[in-house]
Amino acid sequence: MILGQLAFWQETTIKVLLAAIVVPTGAAIAVYLFLFKLISFMQSRLGPMEAGPHGTLQLVAEVGKWLQKEDIIPDKADKFLFKVPPFIVLATTFLLFVVIPAGPNAVVSSLPVGIFYVLAVSSISVIGTLVAGWASANKYAFMGGLRAAGQLIAYELPMVLAVIGVVIQAGTLNLQEIVYQQTNGSIFGFDFIGNPYILTQFVGFVIFMIAVQAELGQTPFDMPVAESEVIGGYMVEYTGIRFLVFFLSEFAAAVGFSAIAATLFLGGWSLPGAWDIPRTAMHFIGPIVILTKAMVLTGVIFWVRFSMPRLREDQLQRMAWKFLIPVSLLNITITAILKVAL
Amino acid sequence: MTAISDRQKLAYIAAQAADARVNVELETEGMILNMGPQHPVTHGTLRIVARLDGEQVISADPVMGYMHRGYEKLVEVRTYPQVTTLINRIDWLGSFANEVPFILAAEQLMEIEAPPRAQWIRTILFELSRISNITLFLGDMAAQLGALTPLFFAFRDREFVLNQIEAVTGGRFHPNFDRIGGIKDDLPKGWLAETKSAMVKMRSFCDEMELLVLGSEIFEARARGVGVIPADVGLQYGLSGANIRASGVDWDIRRDNNIGLAYDQIDWKVWTHTDGDSFARFWVRLQEVREATHMVDQLCDGLPKGPIMAKVPRIIKVPAGEAYVATENPLGEMGYYIVSKGDLTPFRVRIRTASFNNVSIAPWILRGVYVPDIVTILASLYFILGDIDR
Repeated sequence: MILGQLAFWQETTIKVLLAAIVVPTGAAIAVYLFLFKLISFMQSRLGPMEAGPHGTLQLVAEVGKWLQKEDIIPDKADKFLFKVPPFIVLATTFLLFVVIPAGPNAVVSSLPVGIFYVLAVSSISVIGTLVAGWASANKYAFMGGLRAAGQLIAYELPMVLAVIGVVIQAGTLNLQEIVYQQTNGSIFGFDFIGNPYILTQFVGFVIFMIAVQAELGQTPFDMPVAESEVIGGYMVEYTGIRFLVFFLSEFAAAVGFSAIAATLFLGGWSLPGAWDIPRTAMHFIGPIVILTKAMVLTGVIFWVRFSMPRLREDQLQRMAWKFLIPVSLLNITITAILKVAL
Repeated sequence: MTAISDRQKLAYIAAQAADARVNVELETEGMILNMGPQHPVTHGTLRIVARLDGEQVISADPVMGYMHRGYEKLVEVRTYPQVTTLINRIDWLGSFANEVPFILAAEQLMEIEAPPRAQWIRTILFELSRISNITLFLGDMAAQLGALTPLFFAFRDREFVLNQIEAVTGGRFHPNFDRIGGIKDDLPKGWLAETKSAMVKMRSFCDEMELLVLGSEIFEARARGVGVIPADVGLQYGLSGANIRASGVDWDIRRDNNIGLAYDQIDWKVWTHTDGDSFARFWVRLQEVREATHMVDQLCDGLPKGPIMAKVPRIIKVPAGEAYVATENPLGEMGYYIVSKGDLTPFRVRIRTASFNNVSIAPWILRGVYVPDIVTILASLYFILGDIDR
């Protein structure tokens, strides 16, 4: 492909520009579709209708509003630490997208340890939230930050364990390889739709999505930002552009995790049973396919978010340690036995 | 019911021990968390000063009075017909229900009785304001627990009831419709049929809430066993309304001490629950809304004909004397104690509101719970700030 003929710096520039376009666009689509319109539909109201046709430009208006706001830093806050966290969280979100393949060649960096890298960088964002909670010099922010930290540690483990099932079945950590395994694989000899791991790793998929829900701090696991308890948690003192960065990273991360889940369990950029499509066409269809799959999963995340009440912190921990982890361990055991036996 | 219960003693000792442990053994300091006066859970300006050990509450005190408007004093310089304008701002979600006990007390002093039709219409509007008030509670409690969608359903369906109230009285929130000796106007044409169709919608709203909120495992996990009020403690703190009925006390002023309203002429049931926890309080209120829709149906069917005003002098002077009338308002027992010296204005009015007592139990019930449970418990006790501070 073209990328192979370019100099390294040219290739890198293109990749950076693409990432700078793709990540905010994905977040913007998620905000418009789900935060504005899905929730409005569920709550029997219209949602934003004024800015642009059917309110499509509402987010632009909101961003404009936030950019104009004063960037307030509390007197008692640790000034430097207060300024940094939004950008730590944002950077983490961008790092997530690095290894997600969107086509046969369309991947920023096809690391051999791809999924391991994803799990590693995804937990960096907790440093941002913890620092934000501490540096705000606010009791609610502090409680929110601590809750976020406890929650991320608890739910990182089921997530890793859920992914291990996929890794055992695919026999590789590379996300691109995992996609190929799903396209070309077979379920006990049947291969007409390949082998999307959602079928054979359904337990792992459910655990992964629950862990993603918790990792992103969406209801029913939104205690770190619970507005009726800790009033936005670690975000309570942030205004203007810093709040905007927090806010958009949340949605970008939702899209990122959904894309990873789509890659791991739904066959990524490939279409099931469509091996007749020439490889060159997949260069163009692939990104659309992965975006669609990611958006469907994001929709599920927000659908759950808007219909469930919130768990309590201790109930959340109990669910992670006493239910999700044992189940995912069992899942790994069964997968390993079947892998060896078959 | 005379002594402090054993449970309370034990809770107190445990709290003291927790205090000592925090300060001496672990050498950590507790944190004082100010919830309010601007905190969303207080939906108004209540302030909870909570002393925390981690996320556990060692002690919590409600601080009231940020919205004190001096109604008891203000009504002393208003003539009796003027008072209703003011007092229906006390519990602003069920406004009409605030007017009724005052008017009934004044009528008692003047020894007049409203004609039957006026009494029935009063009862209908009373129940409608109960429905519109508690509907919002059902949505609000779910919202406090993190589920936003039921709140919007509540706002949507409450409109059906508010439209009916507006059609009669001209005001959605502050009807100012009750008069000494009767009511201001008769019902508009076709109103009864419309009301009955609105009641059908409210019943389907109740079914929806039962599925969406009561049926949710997470709601159950958050509300069951949280904030248990034993019946005797509840009575000692003077709880009333659904809060005390959820603790198993079968007591409802509409049935047990009905004055001047048509409750004794229709067929209905008082709902109670034995658990006394937040879940029970939600459940009882949900059943009460459903029961109220059936009551309105019956009242619409059996509405008697006749005048809507008794013979009342043009200038209302209430003879000297004292009267106390309480009714079962949406939030609980609400009563007015009127002292009259025979003037145009009341000499002294004491307003007994339900929320003040309902929130007073907070220090007892909040001890030892987690911070998220404060939200659950306060939401389930259901107070309205205007009703606390008057």
